[in-house]
Amino acid sequence: MSKDLIRLVDCVMVFDDDVILNSINLTIKNQEFLTLLGPSGCGKTTTLRIIGGFETPTSGDVFFDGVRINDVPPYKRRVNTVFQKYALFPHLNVYENVAFGLRIAKTREDEIKTRVNDSLALVGLLGYEKRRVHQLSGGQQQRVAIARAVVNRPQVLLLDEPLGALDLKLRKEMQAELKAIQKQVGITFIYVTHDQEEALTMSDTVVVMNNGEILQIGTPQDIYNEPINAFVADFIGESNIIDGVMIGDCDVEFSGRRFECVDRGFDKDEPVDVVIRPEDLTVGEGGGQLSGTVSSVTFKGVHYEMMVDSGGFSWMVHSTLSQPVGAAVSLSVKPFDIHIMRKGKTA
Amino acid sequence: MSRRYAFPHVGWMAVFVVVPLVLIVGFSLTSADGGVTLDNFSDMMKYAPVFGRSLWLSLISTAICLMIGYPLAYVMSREKPAVAAAALMLLMLPMWMNFLLRTYAWMSILENSGFLNQLLNVFRLPNVHIINTEAAVVLGMVYNYLPFMTLPIHTVLHKMDKSMMEAAGDLGANSAKTFMRVVLPISVPGVISGITMVFVPGVSTFIISRLLGGGKTLMLGDLIEMQFTGNAYNPYLGAAISLVMMVIVLLSMSVMNRFGDGGESAVVL
Ligand SMILES: Nc1ncnc2c1ncn2[C@@H]1O[C@H](COP(=O)(O)OP(=O)(O)OP(=O)(O)O)[C@@H](O)[C@H]1O
Ligand SMILES: [Mg+2]
Repeated sequence: MSKDLIRLVDCVMVFDDDVILNSINLTIKNQEFLTLLGPSGCGKTTTLRIIGGFETPTSGDVFFDGVRINDVPPYKRRVNTVFQKYALFPHLNVYENVAFGLRIAKTREDEIKTRVNDSLALVGLLGYEKRRVHQLSGGQQQRVAIARAVVNRPQVLLLDEPLGALDLKLRKEMQAELKAIQKQVGITFIYVTHDQEEALTMSDTVVVMNNGEILQIGTPQDIYNEPINAFVADFIGESNIIDGVMIGDCDVEFSGRRFECVDRGFDKDEPVDVVIRPEDLTVGEGGGQLSGTVSSVTFKGVHYEMMVDSGGFSWMVHSTLSQPVGAAVSLSVKPFDIHIMRKGKTA
Repeated sequence: MSRRYAFPHVGWMAVFVVVPLVLIVGFSLTSADGGVTLDNFSDMMKYAPVFGRSLWLSLISTAICLMIGYPLAYVMSREKPAVAAAALMLLMLPMWMNFLLRTYAWMSILENSGFLNQLLNVFRLPNVHIINTEAAVVLGMVYNYLPFMTLPIHTVLHKMDKSMMEAAGDLGANSAKTFMRVVLPISVPGVISGITMVFVPGVSTFIISRLLGGGKTLMLGDLIEMQFTGNAYNPYLGAAISLVMMVIVLLSMSVMNRFGDGGESAVVL
């Protein structure tokens, strides 16, 4: 995983006078697992379609292995796609849907048989070969779409929310399967999802997008621990975001109090967004930095989610211990868990 | 509940489908003096060439309609909605004109000294003799039935999810392969309806053959008409011919429907 495989350079996409993608620059390394993450309508599918060859960028270039491929049609690209809307062939049964690419490539019949069976086994659909597409459930169709792409062993696999229709358990299983294929066969994955947990657990690199722009590119750890702005922080995991003012280096004021933090390089009195993860707040029964009242408690399985009202702001706190609603509590936070972000590049 | 509301439909079917059918079968088994006979069917043998010609001309017209109609429908379905709607309109427009008028118009175009030959004269090209030939009949049929071929094909192609083509391209199929392996198979039901809607009326065509074929190319429709209105008045034979024609049409349709994979294929009526 070192060579640059795909490069998008200043890609702009305009549909009917609307700028859908605004100067996308992205480099995807060979055998990388890269995830595009962002809210609905931010341009993830459009970016994927440019890589797959279904859209030509209004301006900008796409390179594959150093060759400009703006005008190369999809069928000549060593890329296969799991479409967001599956796009299975209604006139073919499951087996023939999966075998389609292999038949086009004039693969030998016995090899087609083994490979189709292997991919159907992978997605847990052995025994469904003869079914017509319209006789399958949404989740089954989605898995056929995965099998149909994977079976070709492409150099690059584009997956547009490939697990969106599956239940949690099946989704977790398929996540593991996909990750395993990606490792074993050494395919480059470009993966689109809404689900930030999926993005964080599976990817080598996460690309956070909003409004047709890339906000941040980094490892899952980078994105989670060092979100570049309040939007990313909010989108990746849950966050408390509160307005604050920098008093000086490592000194920030919010909630009517000064806190020690670890960020430097801001102007004096610069207004900033202060981001604190719910799990980084500690609830005590007094003596903390802030005091407030518990307004709600929700059991979330592993932890409790409590809302604590303090000075007009409602803090979200995750804790394994719960406090009753109405209890007076104190909150404290460690300096390195206070993330300071410049105002501005927010949605 | 659904039973009760089906009643008008059943009544309708009885009056307009079953009764005429029974009458036709009855007539076809009746002799001129009112007795029961099979002579009408054996008499029909001498009209075998008419049967042959009807089927043949209808088959050719259907084939030509398919060859023109499919590409037409394909192009239309890929156009922008506004362009497609305009093209569809142009295709339908002639159908709103009276059928006889259209056919007379073709007569005056195709005549030996008609519009077509005058046009050829202008460009000093040799004249063509088309009127009163089978070619003229086929032309008239193709002209009249083309929309019936194009529309059902257009409908399936239009409804087809365009992402099918993207998926085929994604899996390595160029446009020719995409067409052969995805578009064409998906459009089969439309093709079958089209063929049905051209071939069935084509077999029983009349007037067109008389006006454009000059009476030399008698077709089944003309033959049946003659038994009822002409001086060859013989409704018993006419009924028998209709019956045999119907059987032939039903047989060809059931063969056709085999190709359509049963279920989603065309409606025969
Ligand atoms: N063919 C098109 N013509 C016009 N606008 C389009 C077209 N395709 C996409 N768009 C617009 O571009 C924007 C981005 O769409 P895109 O499908 O890339 O979003 P997305 O990030 O994949 O969203 P989702 O998560 O909901 O799938 C949307 O506002 C959409 O309306
Ligand atoms: Mg999308």
